[in-house]
Amino acid sequence: MSFQIISPDIDLDFVGKRYFFVALSSLINLAAIVLLITVGLNYGVDFVGGSVVQLQFKSATDGRHIRDALEPLGLGQVTVQDFGAAARHQYLVRFEKVKNVGSLGKKLEARLDQAYGPGAAQVLRVETVGAKVGHDLRRDGFMAVIFATVFMGIFIAWQFRGVSWSFGAGAVIALIHDVLVVTGALVISRLEFDLTTLAALLTVIGYSVHDTIIVSDRIREDAAKRRRDPIAAIMNRAINETLSRTILTSGTAIAVLIALLTLGGPILRPSAFTLLVGFITGTYSSIYIAGPVVLFWEGKGTGRSRRGAVTRAA
Amino acid sequence: MENANADFIPIVILLAVAVAFLWLHFTGGSGLTRLYLAAALTVLAVLILLPSANVGLPDWWTSDIPTPKIQLGLDLQGGTHLLLEVKLDDAVKNQLRRVGDDVKQEMKRNKLDVKSVTQDPSGAVLVTLPSAGERTAFLDLAGKMFSDMVIGLAPNSSDAGPTYKLTYRPMELDQVRRNAMEQALETIRNRIDQLGVRETTIAREGNDEILIQLPGIQDPERAKELIGKTGVLQFKLVDDNHSVSDALRDGPPPGDEILYGPASRGGREPYLVETPVLLTGDTITDARVRPGGQLEGPYVTVDLDQRGAEIFAAITSANVGRKIAIVLDNIVYSAPVIKEPIPGGRVQITGNFTYDESHELAIVLRSGALPAPVEIIEERTVGPSLGRDSIREGELSFVVGALLVLIFMAVYYSGAGVLADFGLSLNILLLICVMAAMQATLTLPGIAGIVLTLGMSVDANVLVNERMREELRLGKTPREAVRLGYERAWSAIRDSNISTFVAGLILFQFGTGPVKGFAVTLCVGVLTGVFSCFVVTRAWYDYLISMRRLSTISV
Repeated sequence: MSFQIISPDIDLDFVGKRYFFVALSSLINLAAIVLLITVGLNYGVDFVGGSVVQLQFKSATDGRHIRDALEPLGLGQVTVQDFGAAARHQYLVRFEKVKNVGSLGKKLEARLDQAYGPGAAQVLRVETVGAKVGHDLRRDGFMAVIFATVFMGIFIAWQFRGVSWSFGAGAVIALIHDVLVVTGALVISRLEFDLTTLAALLTVIGYSVHDTIIVSDRIREDAAKRRRDPIAAIMNRAINETLSRTILTSGTAIAVLIALLTLGGPILRPSAFTLLVGFITGTYSSIYIAGPVVLFWEGKGTGRSRRGAVTRAA
Repeated sequence: MENANADFIPIVILLAVAVAFLWLHFTGGSGLTRLYLAAALTVLAVLILLPSANVGLPDWWTSDIPTPKIQLGLDLQGGTHLLLEVKLDDAVKNQLRRVGDDVKQEMKRNKLDVKSVTQDPSGAVLVTLPSAGERTAFLDLAGKMFSDMVIGLAPNSSDAGPTYKLTYRPMELDQVRRNAMEQALETIRNRIDQLGVRETTIAREGNDEILIQLPGIQDPERAKELIGKTGVLQFKLVDDNHSVSDALRDGPPPGDEILYGPASRGGREPYLVETPVLLTGDTITDARVRPGGQLEGPYVTVDLDQRGAEIFAAITSANVGRKIAIVLDNIVYSAPVIKEPIPGGRVQITGNFTYDESHELAIVLRSGALPAPVEIIEERTVGPSLGRDSIREGELSFVVGALLVLIFMAVYYSGAGVLADFGLSLNILLLICVMAAMQATLTLPGIAGIVLTLGMSVDANVLVNERMREELRLGKTPREAVRLGYERAWSAIRDSNISTFVAGLILFQFGTGPVKGFAVTLCVGVLTGVFSCFVVTRAWYDYLISMRRLSTISV
């Protein structure tokens, strides 16, 4: 047998500390909600409409110069930010509203040629999204997430009904917790929330539920074996039994994501950040959110597991 | 060029091997046979993917061996993505305007008086009669001509001069919109084809949107110019009674306008034409270039539908000797002389054309009629260099991340880890193969999907291996430990993968663009992940056990 990180007979008291962690998570979630309402996500053009242009300059310049150069085009509010390593002289210019979708790239290049001299700047990428499209994309993305969540909640509730119908609720609340933590982190980081970040958020949801199911599965298995034990004890045991797997899987996933974050370049950065935060909180919530929800549901975890626990579901 | 279907032969073989593998897995085929199949899968997958990896294969390979190519999304390979909205309401209004014109004409032909024919803001045709006396005659005629329309008294109709409102029935309205959409799609396809870009995608999205993807296009301006032509192809009479130069100096006489020829033909030639539109492009069913004889050169034939044919017959018989201008987007492409009345809807346009000129004219006639204005509502252009950077950085991070995982598994689980690594690598290969076979495009969100897939299939292996360790600790024999490890890990892996798979299906159903790509990757990844862990890696264990080499297990 080769080496191992977690000793097989580890027996930490996870369930006993649940009040502290649930309170902590609630606070964090509350903060995230406040942040989302007051500050809000830094929506990319995908979701609010407008244009974003990635520019490559031959030599260094700064945001103020670029804004001044583009001023005569009359494109409304212009924001400029550095993009990627400073030595690359790349900038992201964003226009809040664009009247005439299309033909923006040419206009910009012509204007920059005038201001900086011919060929000093090159347009690498133009993304323009009409306000209506942005609205539709946001609605479709939102609907997709809601439907997927509802399905997964029902599926989990059914698969684990033998132990408690509340596993579905636990997984869904854990998932909502993770989405809030991740979006809160996105608000703080000011990273852009666009379609790619949404895909990363969907990945987090997938992982969060996946992780919750793995831990719940062990609870289901142990509950079938130890009918007399209180569900809290079974849960704590199952968490300990799967701890080695939890650490290994999350550890490798996080290692991959750190590689993605550091080497993946500026375009992948918002996704990699979202995934990293999400995988960490997704792992945490399986233990400290999904579990406690089931315990609260089952009468504060003091009662015995219900009679239904004797039959192993599915 | 080889048949496109041939591209899928290797994939079909791959799937056949996988199915055989599954069958042997469930019927308890020998471990060795299953290992051969695993090896065959690996070799096939590598062969299929090599051409896409761009590693400098010999020409005979890439040209003679059929393989599906992995399509890179525009965010990775560079190119332009456009989303157009077709203003279908305007198409309906245009169509109704034509109905109004028909009403006027038919009334005239039947010697009936009409006070006015207008359209309300919604486009509905309002016909006002001079007096209540025409009522029966009008309703009779309209009922016969427009059986597909709802004809009723307008709300503000007066008894002295009743006003009737003509609108489409809901079904007809749908049909008009559907036709307009189809025509717009076809027209835009024709226009985009003129760009000569390979592997373009032109597809309908939702009710009134058209998606255009132009891979590798650096300058989307020309495409947008071609698409942006919102006009309608029209035929107008050239005014020969006034001189063009006078009109240029003093402005056109009443009822006339000045239009110009295309800029491409050395200077824009001015034409003085009469404003009324005699015929529109939607009556044209076909237009083709014919070679013609030595002297007259190529000519263009135009086929008109029945309504167009009737109108054209009337125009030509009334205007023999005059010129008729073919106007697209207010540019006069040609102004041939009407030599004789043309009944029957078959028109020949001759006139010392070069082949290119006649070809252009045919395209104008064929693709001219965009039934409604279109508007670009979304544009994404990624320069090729940026796409290359994204690929390089994406690849680098993916390779480093994957190596981290593989090394970790091998170190932590030693022998079992190496077997898991084999399964994991094959999983990624199979995932990309199946994506290529489905002609799914690989985008940045798709890469996020692959990362999740990798994470979940690592988890499957970890779960199995941890379970084996547990069983070994309980004193089970290696053989039993393997069996129980797989058996007990199954319910967790089954439930989590079902949940992910169905969530993927839902995302695919409701998602758009990148979310869809992500969903496809996820669903395929779930299948290949479970397959590679439970079928492929398991085959190794069964083989080792059957060879009795597994007296000890290193996990």
